[in-house]
Amino acid sequence: MSWCGQVLYSGTAKGTVLRLEAPISFWGGISPYNAEVVLENHPQRGVKITDKILIVPDPIGSSSSAAILLELLYAKIAPKGLILGTNKDAILPISVLVAEQMGWNTIPIIAMENPTFKSGEELEIKTDGTIHSI
Amino acid sequence: MLELTQEEKAILNSELATTGDKTALSIVVKAAEMLGAKRLVKITSSHIDGCLYHGDSGVLFCENLAKNGAKAKVPTTTNVGALNFIKTNQAKLSSEKLQMAQRLMDAHINMGCTPSWTCAPYQIGARPKKGEQVAWGESNAVAFANTVLGARTNRYGDFLDIACAVSGRAPYYGLHCDKNRNAEILLDVTDLPENVKGEDTFFPVLGSVIGRLAGDRVCAVSGINKIASEDQLKALCAAAASTGAVGLVHIIGITPEATNLPHVFGNERPKESLSIDMDMMKGAFHKLSQTKQAGKIDCVALGSPHFSISECKKLLEVSEEKDFKVPVYVCTNRHTAQELKAQNIYSKLERLGVVFIIDTCVVVTPILPGSGGIMMTNSAKFAHYSAGNTGYRPIFGSLADCIKSAQNGYATLNYGPWK
Repeated sequence: MSWCGQVLYSGTAKGTVLRLEAPISFWGGISPYNAEVVLENHPQRGVKITDKILIVPDPIGSSSSAAILLELLYAKIAPKGLILGTNKDAILPISVLVAEQMGWNTIPIIAMENPTFKSGEELEIKTDGTIHSI
Repeated sequence: MLELTQEEKAILNSELATTGDKTALSIVVKAAEMLGAKRLVKITSSHIDGCLYHGDSGVLFCENLAKNGAKAKVPTTTNVGALNFIKTNQAKLSSEKLQMAQRLMDAHINMGCTPSWTCAPYQIGARPKKGEQVAWGESNAVAFANTVLGARTNRYGDFLDIACAVSGRAPYYGLHCDKNRNAEILLDVTDLPENVKGEDTFFPVLGSVIGRLAGDRVCAVSGINKIASEDQLKALCAAAASTGAVGLVHIIGITPEATNLPHVFGNERPKESLSIDMDMMKGAFHKLSQTKQAGKIDCVALGSPHFSISECKKLLEVSEEKDFKVPVYVCTNRHTAQELKAQNIYSKLERLGVVFIIDTCVVVTPILPGSGGIMMTNSAKFAHYSAGNTGYRPIFGSLADCIKSAQNGYATLNYGPWK
């Protein structure tokens, strides 16, 4: 199976899907020290987002979230790729632009409506925004 | 396709522009391409979220910009920092982190930002007029600028905010454009009892409901038939921007663009229409508390967004000069603190047991003692973020309840209509 999303930041990634089961703000929701979900009452509290293809159906919350993602990229504990359910704001993708300016690791960011990928699936993201199940 | 003006192309190619200026503009340009913007728009002010220390990466980026000659081209205020300059430092960060947090704040001053260190720039004179194009960060400030002031900004996150300030421009998309400011969803509170609408806690609770229902959509709220104070609207905006990605709420008859229903929907029918009932409101009220323990509290935290002069006055008035048994942290900005000192309110509140937190707040940087406890608050934003960021479990209540609880040393709640 393959899908096509809109490329917000181009790149390649191959990995296991982690789907956020409830909306989360990276700031206040993800620890910049160990990439764990720390939001109280979140069904995935304690799960690490490192090296996953992270599906964020519903990006919400604080505009400081960009700083958290940049910190994850700088510390090399970021997800391998992001698939966002919306691209209405640039809060998460901007971190990757900054990482590029600073010569740090970057990751692909794809936007697509209603991404249905489930945790545990194996996916590959290609530079043109196509997503393949593997 | 994004089209740049001659001037913009000249900055990107010119030997006259600094490397920092070019980097900032190129980030804005790439963000604009990402967002599908057709052009950039000139802005008249910026509010920077990126000056709060979250890790070394942001410091290195901002220092790099500053070192390469980036300067803000429009009046630019700064959001809270991770430490406070005004009093002896209250943030319990290691000396390395304190130094990095300071370097981040210094980098912003070096880029020509006004050192305001507040999440409520609208309290210190940063008040763009209706229709003005601005680039603000900090989710509550964004919602306030759009909703209460009628200015136009998207939710600018860390780094794009300083890039916009330095380039004097923003991607022309989203809430900068007329058509995207039309509401999509209508939330009607007409049927809620009038006494509920008069509650101190009504606005933050309604804000929480709005955030969950609206997500990132522009919504309109009808049925609030009274004058809302700026502090109440601040609480609503902050709550909505915590539970959802809300950038603009039209409150019919109250906010500047919300003159009437057909107008805010662009003369079209709402895509979705919902009546808010008491069950939804009660559910949201109780969700703001994350402990069932009625008992001892460790502190009260007020001022997210920063406590205003009128809120400080109310705190003093309702306290009736009866001492607090637990610390009452009042988070505010240096401008407000100065005014409170001039009006002789600051020392009176300190004598009651208020601990002022200036330039920052108790949820964005480690200030609270120990690794956790019970925090009482009247702020939906504190209630939303405190457990994850501080380990303190929130109990949400009105300002009067917070004061009574502080005076008793244990949670004293008058649930009123929320029972």
